[in-house]
Amino acid sequence: MATAELHFEDFFRGLRSATGLGIGYVPIGITYGIIARTGGFTFLETVAMSLMVFAGASQFIALNLLSSGVGPVQIVFTVFMVNLRHFLMSTSLRDKIDEGSRPLEMIYSFGITDETFAVSSVESGKVNPAYMFGLNSVAYFSWTASSGVGYLLGGGLPAVLKESLSIALYALFIGLLVPSARKNHGVLFVAGIAGGLNSILRLVLSPGWSIVIGSLIAAVTGTLVFDNGPEATHNGSELNDSG
Amino acid sequence: MTVDNLFLLFAAMTAVTYIPRMLPFVLFDEVEFPPFISNVLKNLRYAILGGLILPGIFLVSEDPVFGVAGGIVAFTLAYLDIDVVFVVTGTIGAMALYTFVV
Repeated sequence: MATAELHFEDFFRGLRSATGLGIGYVPIGITYGIIARTGGFTFLETVAMSLMVFAGASQFIALNLLSSGVGPVQIVFTVFMVNLRHFLMSTSLRDKIDEGSRPLEMIYSFGITDETFAVSSVESGKVNPAYMFGLNSVAYFSWTASSGVGYLLGGGLPAVLKESLSIALYALFIGLLVPSARKNHGVLFVAGIAGGLNSILRLVLSPGWSIVIGSLIAAVTGTLVFDNGPEATHNGSELNDSG
Repeated sequence: MTVDNLFLLFAAMTAVTYIPRMLPFVLFDEVEFPPFISNVLKNLRYAILGGLILPGIFLVSEDPVFGVAGGIVAFTLAYLDIDVVFVVTGTIGAMALYTFVV
């Protein structure tokens, strides 16, 4: 059953869709590797954290907290808070991905990062587990490999390059959002409200909570504005299927 | 920290990262959400994308103009319907030029 669900065509579609993400991860992974080395990690530890945790923001936070002498319990708790948004992402992606078996879901959900979420959720129509595996394998490989490369490079990257590379993931997010927004301005409305709320809430809440609460309010607002009534419910699905 | 402790820490981090990613698939497997919730969840995709961009893009550099300029370049390239790979690489290139000039 599980093998019947793995269609190569979709796997390759996943690989192709991940090209931008694969490039976007490189500078971030390299930066992570450099910081890990500076923080006293060995090569093995640097790559192991990427292989095991596979979460950029969480890994940077862990490095930061470790270097300021914060204990492991607080680190794990902070990482958990930061990752709460992934609960929302998976809940939202759930009906975007054509049903696979439970074991498949439990495997590919390991690879749901901000970026793989972003890429898969703007695909037009539904995707399937094979697509998710294609997408995830590029992301996973790019992230762990560039972590290792970053460690080996050490401080060897010129500052000018480092600074300009820091824009990569934001360019990826914008590059994914705009095509959907072009087709439906509701997308821009919802994303804009979420970004605005997140900017304000960030001042009083932790980043983990602020994105969770800001996105929820924006999504509800968007639904109330654009999906008011059965006709509009239809528009609501169009909004997303066209994306 | 000793190596043993570090790997224990990684394992705990893996758990608190993986569980929120995996749990909705298991929890809501049999659940059919009502249309309103279903629409909220669809809008949530774009909401989260917005939250990932703002305010982070302004904080990416000490120079706030850097993030704004990068955002404008990326938006323009994406609006021209250029493949996302070139949106990413084009923006990096433009910002390398910016950093070099400014």
